[in-house]
Amino acid sequence: MIAGTSLAASGTAPRTEPQGVVIEIGGIPILLRSGDAKFRAMLEQRYAGFLNPSAQPANEFTIYLNPPPTKIPDADAQVFRNDSVWRIERGDFRAEWDAEACRGYVQQSANPYAIDTVLRITHSLVLAGKSGFLLHAASASRNGCAFLFAGASGAGKTTLARLAPQDAKVLTDEVSYVRRQKDGYFAFGTPFAGELAKVGENIRAPIAALFLLAKGSRNRIEPVARTEAVRALLSNILFFAEDPEFVKLVFHSACEFVGLVPVYRLTFVPNAHVWEMIG
Amino acid sequence: MTSKRYARSPQVAARRLGDEIMIMSAPDSTLFTLNEVAALIWEASDGSLALSEIVERDICPAYDVPADLALQDAELLAEELAAHGILLPREEAVFTALGPK
Repeated sequence: MIAGTSLAASGTAPRTEPQGVVIEIGGIPILLRSGDAKFRAMLEQRYAGFLNPSAQPANEFTIYLNPPPTKIPDADAQVFRNDSVWRIERGDFRAEWDAEACRGYVQQSANPYAIDTVLRITHSLVLAGKSGFLLHAASASRNGCAFLFAGASGAGKTTLARLAPQDAKVLTDEVSYVRRQKDGYFAFGTPFAGELAKVGENIRAPIAALFLLAKGSRNRIEPVARTEAVRALLSNILFFAEDPEFVKLVFHSACEFVGLVPVYRLTFVPNAHVWEMIG
Repeated sequence: MTSKRYARSPQVAARRLGDEIMIMSAPDSTLFTLNEVAALIWEASDGSLALSEIVERDICPAYDVPADLALQDAELLAEELAAHGILLPREEAVFTALGPK
């Protein structure tokens, strides 16, 4: 579980880096170093199923623990870029990540929420350069194919995940991980859980369809025009950075996705019959 | 006939999706969808041709519409897009290629 301790030259005396935990999501391992053994144990517990101590992570963060804040703020994290360095801030943490050096730090208290946000944002930034994105969507794999269910809070993401048949594997009920690979778009399981409060299965599957969720009086699937699909997709992509170059990358990723993956509107009654229509 | 020229702003990302073009303004993430005719004008707006030349070359033959009427519509469109900063009047225009299709 614990990545090996590495030594870094510093003058004549070697400097010991804190030990770390490698968390691999979407095939992208990130090393989180912390000198606090209890915090590392908390990471191992929270991200169980997504730990890969044998991976060679390109990206790493060193976490410095502060005293706990008086309250966890409701505000969204702010993300800024200065050349290759991204700065991520919220009331309860401050982080920097150098996208060229692939290194960064986090100053936070020993709670899981701050590092969870840093991981989501870092993955969204890394994915933007790889035609991928994080999506407000539940996803599940069935019969070798992944299905995505996108929508705002209350649209039914967790409901669909709960209703998934036994032969389906839930990848997430909250944040779907989408990557373009040589043979198309794939969805990966994530530890980012919503109301289901359960981490997804750490597997990947080619995406067969994206469903835009709507609740109704009967189950219905309708195709969605491509421009409407791009708008809907963009409104559900986790869009942390307002940086213009990042915005362009995300826009092109959304257009490419819609060009390759069918998008439907799924109006559904919340019972298990809806899965008979899906796949 | 007007001699106004426009060019696409480098601050936007654009993609053709079938007959339409989607444009995203990078500074404020605003989305625009251009219909078939507007898409032709957008694609031809590289700063080198006057709007009247674009209308005459691309719009009138394809849609069998009088040049003065088509130009009037094209001017309205170009002014609206310019107001949103996604087309630039020629004086401040910088040519950029349309993104990958």
